Amino acid sequence: MKHTPAWKLALVPTAILAVILLIVVPLLNALGFVSGYHLNLFGKYLALAILALGMGLIWGYCGILSLGQAIFFGLGGYAMGMYLMLEASGKGVYGEAIPDFMVWNRVTTLPLHWVPFRSFPVAVVACLIVPTLVATLIGWLTFRRRVGGTYFAILTQAAAFATWLLFNRNELSLGGTNGLTDFKTFLGFSLSEPGTMRGLYLLTALLLVGSFFLCRWLVGSKMGLVLTAIRDEEQRLRFLGYPVAHYKIFIFAVAAALAGLAGALYVPQVGIITPNQIGVLPSLEIVVWVATGGRHSLIGAIIGAVGINAARSVLTAHFPEWWLIILGSLFVGVVLFLPYGIVGLPWQCWQAWQRLHSRRGHRKRAAEAQRLGELEGSVMESKTV
Amino acid sequence: MKQSGTIMYLEGVTVTFDGFQALRGVDFYIDHGELRALIGPNGAGKTTLLDAICGKVKPDAGRIIFGEMTDISTLEEHDITALGIGRKFQTPAVFKSLTLFENLSLALRHRRDVFATLFSKLRPVQKDKIYATLETLGLQHKAQQAAATLSHGEMQWLEIGMVIVQEPVLFLLDEPVAGMTKEEREKTGELLQWLAKDHAVLVVEHDMEFVRQTAQRVTVLHEGNVLCEGSVQHVQSDARVVEVYLGRG
Repeated sequence: MKHTPAWKLALVPTAILAVILLIVVPLLNALGFVSGYHLNLFGKYLALAILALGMGLIWGYCGILSLGQAIFFGLGGYAMGMYLMLEASGKGVYGEAIPDFMVWNRVTTLPLHWVPFRSFPVAVVACLIVPTLVATLIGWLTFRRRVGGTYFAILTQAAAFATWLLFNRNELSLGGTNGLTDFKTFLGFSLSEPGTMRGLYLLTALLLVGSFFLCRWLVGSKMGLVLTAIRDEEQRLRFLGYPVAHYKIFIFAVAAALAGLAGALYVPQVGIITPNQIGVLPSLEIVVWVATGGRHSLIGAIIGAVGINAARSVLTAHFPEWWLIILGSLFVGVVLFLPYGIVGLPWQCWQAWQRLHSRRGHRKRAAEAQRLGELEGSVMESKTV
Repeated sequence: MKQSGTIMYLEGVTVTFDGFQALRGVDFYIDHGELRALIGPNGAGKTTLLDAICGKVKPDAGRIIFGEMTDISTLEEHDITALGIGRKFQTPAVFKSLTLFENLSLALRHRRDVFATLFSKLRPVQKDKIYATLETLGLQHKAQQAAATLSHGEMQWLEIGMVIVQEPVLFLLDEPVAGMTKEEREKTGELLQWLAKDHAVLVVEHDMEFVRQTAQRVTVLHEGNVLCEGSVQHVQSDARVVEVYLGRG
């Protein structure tokens, strides 16, 4: 039996997916089959898929369950939002050189931490670096002290809650509960133009494909083996001489950078970022996406993120009061019946079929044996007679 | 090349868990290329002694000197491993969702830091080494199977193999034959003899017959202290050993 590496098997569906995202969908949009509204929605899902990729890396491959990934998403989103606010300032209702919400809050000069975000490159770097640094700090404080499993999950959930509280405060000059919104332009292109939205969609799709290949390369290299080994038997790996904490900090930081990138791409397409996108609930939802899609595969994470968010758009339009119940039942269902998620379904069916098959074969053999036994029995009987 | 002389010695090593002294000032030494068995009743501190050596627990007092006068009792586990101390755990600890080949490739001797791992590639020599080790273990036909499919005994061998490719100088094994069939025990015994040709091997074992067959010297631990040390015959004829350990069963 020839052994084909998993990454080679995954290459074909990945290439098909990339072609659809990068060429087919924009083409359909240009030809008028897909509306600008839907393209924009789809772009939003793809941004969230980048966030899910990071979750797949840490949870699916390395077994680190973080219930605070929305923190990093929010940091990236806010960094991009600050740049967009400053680009829009002066064009607002008050015509001041500072964002409108600051005028309401009687702030007259731009706060110091806002100043660097006048520059687009600084904002982009901040989208990646700030989440990475925060994740490194959290990782440094926890993984080195061997905090893991449930304790780590609870800790990150508390961190998500704390961050939500913090961003709600007006003292931070980040718009408080209202968050940052009313963006006008992105690099000078009007955000109300369909062309800009198409460009943002393409950028998101491109970066998703790029992030996917980065993750693919990571898990395909020896790093992937180490991550799986941490998930399987952390202590064994430690006594093989690996500094396990460094690896956990590294992969947690990579996931955070991906989350920051996702936030930065999400904000201009959706036009708003508020503390509600940072807290406990959005963090938990990421877990649901990845579990549903299949956490042991990167494609699964993408399918889960896009699928559930698309379902949300459709279902909240028709049955808004049912959405949370549907989401909750979906999660329970996945945990109970689909441990490998949607992408694991074919494999699960194959296993079930094989079990059935072997059981049938077993029964057949048992029947055969019984028949032989009876035959022998009758021979014996005939002898005794 | 075989070196002679002491490879490691422990001086007054004391380990306490919540007020209970698992080791009480243990003095212990082991030579290059020696196969030493560590026996003693339950709770004597055998596993704790291995844990203290490989850094899983930190001694409250005492020194552990390994090789060129390094006190390793304060180092982290991965640094101790890097010095050349390999550990096989009591219950088989292998990476179940990885193949046997991958399990061994992780254990190979190479740089262990994050960036080395990102760009590391297996050289043909290393692949040969993995296959050679699998052959020694008698598992070469299962190289591409997931470790989860192995039997209990095979998992134990795989884990021993993982420690072998690490190329340690000192090999620590905790009850390697527990739960094995008679044939598996014999095969493991041969494996240990083969290992002891160029490694120092310290093995914790309950099975006296296995000890008699494999070990040259035996150290008996009792209530956190070294009770007696010497050849198998010497230990077996010692009245105290018979009383606390052998005589019981």
